[in-house]
Formats: sequence, C-alpha cells, structure tokens
Amino acid sequence: MAMNAMTSIDEQIAIAAAGLRLEGVRKAYDTAVALDNVTIDIPAGAFTVLLGPSGCGKSTLLRLIAGLDRPTSGKILLGGNDITRKPPAERDLSMVFQSYALFPHLTVAENIIFGLRVRRVDKAERWERLNRVARMMGLDGLLDRRPNQLSGGQQQRVALARAVISERPVCLMDEPLSNLDAKLRAEMRVEIRDLQQRLGLTMVYVTHDQVEAMTMADHIVVMNQGRVEQVARPRELYAAPETTFCARFIGTPPMNLISARDLPAYRHLPEGSLVGVRPEDMIVDGEGVEAVVEGVEYLGADQLIAARIGAAKIIVRQPARTGAPDAKVRLSWPAEATHLFDADGRRLH
Amino acid sequence: MIKREWIHAWLLLLPALVLLFGFTHIPAVQTFIDSFWSTPRGRRPSTFVGWDNYARMTADPVFLRVMTNNLIYAAITIPASIAISLWMALFVHRRIMGLGFLRMAYFTPTVLPLIAVANIWLFFYLPGFGLFDQIRGLFGLRPVNWIGQPSTALYSITAVTVWNQAGFFMIFFLAALQTIPENLREAAALEGTSRWTFFWRVTWPLIMPTTLFVSVNATINAFRMVDHVFVMTQGGPNNASALLLYYIYDQGFRFWDTAYAATLTVVMVVILAIIGIGQFFLLDRRVHYR
Ligand SMILES: Nc1ncnc2c1ncn2[C@@H]1O[C@H](COP(=O)(O)OP(=O)(O)OP(=O)(O)O)[C@@H](O)[C@H]1O
Ligand SMILES: [Mg+2]
Repeated sequence: MAMNAMTSIDEQIAIAAAGLRLEGVRKAYDTAVALDNVTIDIPAGAFTVLLGPSGCGKSTLLRLIAGLDRPTSGKILLGGNDITRKPPAERDLSMVFQSYALFPHLTVAENIIFGLRVRRVDKAERWERLNRVARMMGLDGLLDRRPNQLSGGQQQRVALARAVISERPVCLMDEPLSNLDAKLRAEMRVEIRDLQQRLGLTMVYVTHDQVEAMTMADHIVVMNQGRVEQVARPRELYAAPETTFCARFIGTPPMNLISARDLPAYRHLPEGSLVGVRPEDMIVDGEGVEAVVEGVEYLGADQLIAARIGAAKIIVRQPARTGAPDAKVRLSWPAEATHLFDADGRRLH
Repeated sequence: MIKREWIHAWLLLLPALVLLFGFTHIPAVQTFIDSFWSTPRGRRPSTFVGWDNYARMTADPVFLRVMTNNLIYAAITIPASIAISLWMALFVHRRIMGLGFLRMAYFTPTVLPLIAVANIWLFFYLPGFGLFDQIRGLFGLRPVNWIGQPSTALYSITAVTVWNQAGFFMIFFLAALQTIPENLREAAALEGTSRWTFFWRVTWPLIMPTTLFVSVNATINAFRMVDHVFVMTQGGPNNASALLLYYIYDQGFRFWDTAYAATLTVVMVVILAIIGIGQFFLLDRRVHYR
C-alpha cells in the first residue's frame, strides 16, 4: 500500500510519547461491575494490546483512559500526571472508534482536519498536515469523497488519519479491524503496527482476536471478567501463561489441561492441581501415559488428534505425514514443556 | 386471467378513487374554473368574466391587508416554531431528571385541539385579569387589550400558533437527534469541540432533512391554521388579525361570493405550491448525505 513511500516524512511527525498508568481502577454500573481493581502500566512508545473475551471490560477500560467515562474509583496517570478528572480534550490523546465515528456529512478531507479546525490551526498548516497524512495513509485520491462512498478499509484509514493528524502521543483503538475481511485485516495489522513504530506512538489497542494481539503487540494485557489476568510480551504469554485462563485463551487449539490425578508422575501434587501441555509439545511414541484416540482432524501440514487421558479430553498436534495413529497411544512430553497450575488456576513455578 | 386481475385491482381501488376525485381533485379543478366566472346571484346566472375576479382582487385593500398579515404571520411562526422546537428537543435529548415529564409537557399543547388552545390563551390575554396583565401588574404596568387592539392582535395570534405547533415539531427533531450516533459526539469531544461548534458543524447539518420537513409543514400550517382566529378575534379589529384562509371563509360562506372565494383559493394554492416546490428544490441538494 501507499505506506511504503513514507519513510522520508516520518521525522516530521516526531512525537514525544508518554506512558500511562492505571492504579486500582474500578468501574461499576448499576447492573454490573465492568472493571475491578485494574492496575497496569502502559509503557511510552510501545504497542499495548488489551485482549480478552467479549464483555470482559476492554472497551470500558479504553473509554476510561479517553475520559469518555469516569472510573468509580482509582486513578489514571498520563506521563506521571493524574488525569482521572480531566475532560477528554485535555488528555492529549486520540482515539479510533470501533465504528470509525466518521462525520457522514463531511468529506474525507474535512473529516481528517475536523480537530485542527476546531482548534483553530491556521489554514496553511492544516493543508500541509492533511497532505502529509493523506499521502501516508494512501488517501490521496479520496479526499473529496464522503464516508458512504468509501469501502470499509478506506473508512478505517480515514479514522486512522484523523487520529494521526492530531499528532498526539497516545493513540487508543477499539477493535478497529473487526469490520474488515480477513485479507484487509491482515494488511491493516501490518500498517497500524508500522505506523505506531514509525511515529513512536503509545498505542493502546483493544481486541478479542489473539492473532491480532500476538502479531502486533509489544505487551499484551489479558483481561477476564473485569480483572487483569496477566501482562506479558507475546512470547512470554505463550511460553508461560500465569493462569489457566490465559493458558486456554492463547493458542489454537488451546493448551491441554489434565488433572494431576490422571497422570502417575504428578500424583504427588495437591488435590485439584492441573498439568498443562501445548498440543504441539505432545509426542506420540511407545512410552508415557496411555491415551484413547477419539478422532483425527486433518489440516494439511498438520493433523489434530483428539484423545482422552482418564477424564480429560486432549488434543495432540503432529505433522500429518506421521499417518493415522492407533486406537490407543502413549503420549509423552519434555519436562520443560510442562505447565503446572494450582487448584485456583495460578501457575506453580 | 390477467384481465380478471385488472378488474379486481380497479374494483379494490374504486372506493379510494371515488373519494379522492370526489372530494379533492374535482373540487380543485372546479374551483379553478369558478375563479373565471362570476358569482350567480338570485336570478342572475354565472357568466364568464375572464380575469375580472383577479383584477378585483389586486385592487382589494382587504386582500392586500390579509396577505400582508399572512406574510408577517408566516415570517414569524415558521422560524420561531423551528427554533423553539429544536431548542426544546436539544434540551430533552439527554439524561436529566424528570425527562419523561418534560417531554410530555412540551408535547401537550399539540395534543389539545387548536380551539381549546385558543380558549386557554383567550384567558391569558384577558385585559386586566389575564395572566399577562397580572404579571405586568406586578411591575406596575398598565393593562393591555392584547387581542382587541390592531397593533398587537396579529402577534397575539401568532404566539398561540407557535405555542401550539412547537411541541409537535419537537417530536421530529427529537427523533432526528436520536439517529445521530453518540460516538460522533465523543469523537468531537476528544478534539475539544465545544457544544456550540458541535451543534453547528455536526448536529445542524445532520438534522437538515428533518428541518426541511418541519419547515415545509410550518409553511403549510401558516396558511392553513385559522381555528384560533375564529375563536379569538374573528379577524378583527379592522382586519388586523385576518389571515388569507379566514378571508376566504368570510367571502365564501358569510357573503356567499363563491367566485371571489374561488379566486382567492387559487391564489393560496399557487403560493403554497411555489413555496413547497421551492423549498424542496433549494434545500434538497444540500440535505442528503446518506
Ligand atoms: N452502560 C453500561 N451499563 C451497564 N453495564 C455496562 C455498560 N457498559 C458496559 N457494561 C457491562 O460492562 C461489561 C464490560 O463491557 P465492555 O463493553 O467493556 O466489554 P468489552 O470487553 O469491550 O466487550 P466486547 O469485546 O464485546 O466489545 C459488560 O459486562 C457489559 O455488560
Ligand atoms: Mg468492546
């Protein structure tokens, strides 16, 4: 896309990024508690993804950061300053809404410079910045169109352009790619990540798609039912999930969790403990625990073997060329691929 | 087979067509024809008089009076109703205490028949005892005969109309405001847009189709709503508060000068047609975004 030609104008939008910090943030509605005691650091100039299932409070958290809602209790700090009570306009951040929130009666150009006009940036500068950003986002030929004359991906880029032109250090995005088809989504992932790195933005990006999170993030904040489960880099998160929730949420197919009682080698662990093994770490050979094969799903390069160890249903991933397994197999895995969790679902180190 | 279906179709349409032609189209055409004929009186039958009725009209000082009145009346009621109804809609389009009650209160004047409304206002305007004079009395001002003196009669009637129809128009504006996505306001808030700027740059353009619709209705009402003139002033004093439709009624059913009444009616229809078409063509281009 048109973003390749951009390297030369990067320096012109140099942004001094600021980090965010949330301290004990809680948000309660009449009917539900959306966020409970959330304390996280969002480092300056990094790409932070808020990841979690639907309804876990991601949007709520983003709106609190933006100032569109107020927390019930807790503090929000931006670059060390308490911004909890500040109105949105004074927080010096931009936001891309899930539904883009483009003004339907304004052209692409007017949409992009809306904020600059409101803030009385003078006309010459407005146009200069517009041209720069339009070129960066590949919107050159579309400036006179209205949003309803654009494709989803183009609207997406207008929304991005509106955020970028404000040259604000912090950018918030709420599931910006959820309306796009798979191909466009893959392209936009790269573009957004690229943009964030070139401009050095502090990005807070909401998604419930783990592929998006894994490919784009510097840090992932995994959330569940209004609480933070884990904050980690993508590799750490995959390699060492802190809770069974993270273990099951990241990875397709998810990690196998087997009751320690079903595995002779782990019977010494306390009651309720779980042993976790990623499907690709399991090896089918002559030794190890016995498993009953229930089915095979062929995926081309790989195949997924559904089996049972005691009461636990598990999945084994192996190269498809291995051929069909016997009805009963023995499974083993390297010691370093074993994840142990206590009865509360916390990782045992 | 197909023929049978056609016959059925026409039979089903027939009642509506009979009513439509019998009570709308034929009388309209008849009115147009009548305006070129004289009024039959006693044994004198109607004769073709060409443009005579129209010539008489342009020379009729009362006609000029009611036209002027009607233009003033329209020039005030249209913008005032739109402004007030929009203001009320903006006011009740948010979460405030007693919202349901407020919306109902604003809508009430519309539910009342104009005749009833006129009677309420008759009391407000009562010289000496009426609401307005009592308030004026508190400030030591002397009573005013609001509807009894030429200088205020027309404006008194105008106020009643605005009060009566603003609540109705508010409903349309409220519906339009509710179609504007909340996140537009939020996006603008992040940019530091003031309420005022947001209204003029976003809300106003987006509710333009509704504003057009309401203004067309207000225009039609300005020539159509005369019930309160009957109740409050009968066009007086000295035609100071007579409106075109009231004058048509006077000519047609008090003086039985049906030809002249037909002529006036044609003029009124032409005015309404020009305004209506004009509004659509002028504003239409700037109105549709979606
Ligand atoms: N205005 C509200 N009133 C009451 N409850 C609300 C309100 N807004 C959100 N909630 C509740 O708060 C919780 C978190 O909502 P939120 O929109 O933050 O979820 P989310 O993680 O963004 O989900 P999704 O991925 O579906 O967008 C949900 O249980 C929701 O029902
Ligand atoms: Mg959400």
